[in-house]
Amino acid sequence: MPSVGDILEGKDICICAGSGGVGKTTTSAAIATGMAARGLRVCVLTIDPAKRLADSLGLEQLGNEAKRVDPSMFEAHGLEMEGELWAMMLDAKATFDDLVARQAPDEESRDRVLGNRIYQQISSALAGSQEYMAMEKLFELHTEGRFDLLVLDTPPTRNALDFLDAPRRLTQFIEGRSLRVFMRPTGLAARVAGRGAAVALSVLKRIVGFDLIADLAEFFNAFSGMVEGFQARAKRVNKLLADRRTCFLVVCGPQGEPVDEAVYFHRKLVEAKLPFGGVIVNKVHYPAERLRRQADGLDLPSALAARLGDEDLAGRVVENFADYQALAERDAANIERLARELRSKGVIRVPYLDEDVHDIAGLTEINRYLFASSEERRALAAELGGG
Amino acid sequence: MGRRFSCPKAKLLGIAPIPEMLDKRLVFVTGKGGVGKTTIAVALGLRAASEGKRTIVCEVSAQENASRIFDHTQVGFHEVEMEENLWAISIDPDESMREYVLLQLKVRAMRDMLFRSRIFNYLAAATPGLKELVTIGKIWELAQLDRKVKQGRKYDLVIVDAPATGHGIGFLQTPRTFAAIARVGPIHSQAQQLDRLITDEAHTGTAIVALPEEMPVNETAALEHDLRSEVGVSVDRIYMNGLYPQRFSNEEAERLAGLAEGENGAIRAAARAAVSEHDRARSQRAQLARLRRRVEAPVRTLPFLFEPELGVESARRIAARLA
Repeated sequence: MPSVGDILEGKDICICAGSGGVGKTTTSAAIATGMAARGLRVCVLTIDPAKRLADSLGLEQLGNEAKRVDPSMFEAHGLEMEGELWAMMLDAKATFDDLVARQAPDEESRDRVLGNRIYQQISSALAGSQEYMAMEKLFELHTEGRFDLLVLDTPPTRNALDFLDAPRRLTQFIEGRSLRVFMRPTGLAARVAGRGAAVALSVLKRIVGFDLIADLAEFFNAFSGMVEGFQARAKRVNKLLADRRTCFLVVCGPQGEPVDEAVYFHRKLVEAKLPFGGVIVNKVHYPAERLRRQADGLDLPSALAARLGDEDLAGRVVENFADYQALAERDAANIERLARELRSKGVIRVPYLDEDVHDIAGLTEINRYLFASSEERRALAAELGGG
Repeated sequence: MGRRFSCPKAKLLGIAPIPEMLDKRLVFVTGKGGVGKTTIAVALGLRAASEGKRTIVCEVSAQENASRIFDHTQVGFHEVEMEENLWAISIDPDESMREYVLLQLKVRAMRDMLFRSRIFNYLAAATPGLKELVTIGKIWELAQLDRKVKQGRKYDLVIVDAPATGHGIGFLQTPRTFAAIARVGPIHSQAQQLDRLITDEAHTGTAIVALPEEMPVNETAALEHDLRSEVGVSVDRIYMNGLYPQRFSNEEAERLAGLAEGENGAIRAAARAAVSEHDRARSQRAQLARLRRRVEAPVRTLPFLFEPELGVESARRIAARLA
């Protein structure tokens, strides 16, 4: 089993992907911390960290710009920071506005777009723009070249495909190429496209109303001077994502459903020819085999009752232990299935810790597992197994 | 046709009072990913069905979590009967769009012509939020007593397993966003109609599912706030899911910690598992208290189920505990 340190060797970008509720934000922060401790200049782009995590990293007053995390925070937890950890919270709307400002040929075009009602809605409220802007910001930071490694905590999407598909969907919308052609009723293109298109447009107007079509036309007109810039940029973003110095890490939980989603995400990454690095399984109850072996040949209820001098308490301890083992067995079976599906050994397990992770001490604790060598991992497993 | 399950009504009745929310026509079950929304949506459906309400549970992402609970019955874009009084549907946005356009145009040939045109496919695929809008449109249609689709079944209650709130309130906000984009015209009035449905407290309820951990608690409080201030929805219930039992007292936990120190093998492992669970149960209670301080809606708790995979029987056990 490799460690995150091995997987990210020589990488510029690490993208943590996965469905919501699996600890992606915390994992991203832990990876960035671990790599910075190893001497790199790392920036983690996060979406919505838990307040206590943000506070403990000194991020509460962060805007859309990277800010260095005070190294003394780590020293207090006995973590020697050889490199630098920077962090930023992504503001999708501000990133979009910046992008428009950069692409606009002049101030007037910029203001026309920023003032457009449809733009204001899609840049802040509608699904897809956040995913796209996360990648955009990643691209911007990478181009600037200020950091050795960028770690992106992706926005929680309903499913993996939404994330990978978002830039394409949004740029297509902004391009509005086919629509703009049809919008000019007397244009050459409309004549070439023929009557069928004209009929389709009239049917469409009947459904969505003339005003919306007109507003969309205004939106596309406002964007027209920037379309090529956007397209070129999207192409470069996609190229960056597929680069061999980029690495996708899939984060999931040990239950059946998150594992299914991780398998699905892995398949999609492979199909899209994007560089897959490994899977991190959080909150694992383990290791079942070891616990089961240790319980063999021992009358646990009697032994516990004898030690505790309390049969009722011993009974509850046994019951609790059985519940725990059932979960540990489930996790082991799901992880085995995951490893089989992935045909790789890139499955890294992080145990279900007794405390919620929301501070530097917690990140350090997680990193013992994320960055453990095979040897250290065996020792940790033994520790967890109670041996 | 879905597989049928026995419906032990007697087992459900009289265990916990039925949540009054189930007397509404439409209930959205929302919350962040991985908190157990689907199980609770199905449990609410089982509960309502056992009370004699004709109920349909709607899955809106394409992942078919509900059918997973129902023993992998293929649900799809059809209303499938799961048990007595209980149906399920997986709302596919593309299918919803076809249905919607047909209802608008009334002529199948015209619809098919539109779907073949490049301009339409481009707009349908590229317009952000359109999928969510037509999905909510289909939910609206299901909740009508006078169904728009031919031979539509009438339901007393529609329960929606809403998509995970990625960033805030996206899904439920879609109609409002669209009503703002299209100032006038058919899309505007229909989006407004959907927004009115979502914000109609008398007929539409919302439940948030939370977990007793730091981040889910923060997000639940933020979600309740945003639903109220930005969508105009007040939350009926917050279900704090996955609460561990408090099996040990503090004093017992201390003794067990001492035992773990001095032992090896299974005894040590069992004692440590007990101490771990005690710590987690305590930290969960602290999170529960924190949630209660931060939200306005009543908070109800649901137990953690020590089961490898949650199936229909798990949902049934939860159903009995819903209040």
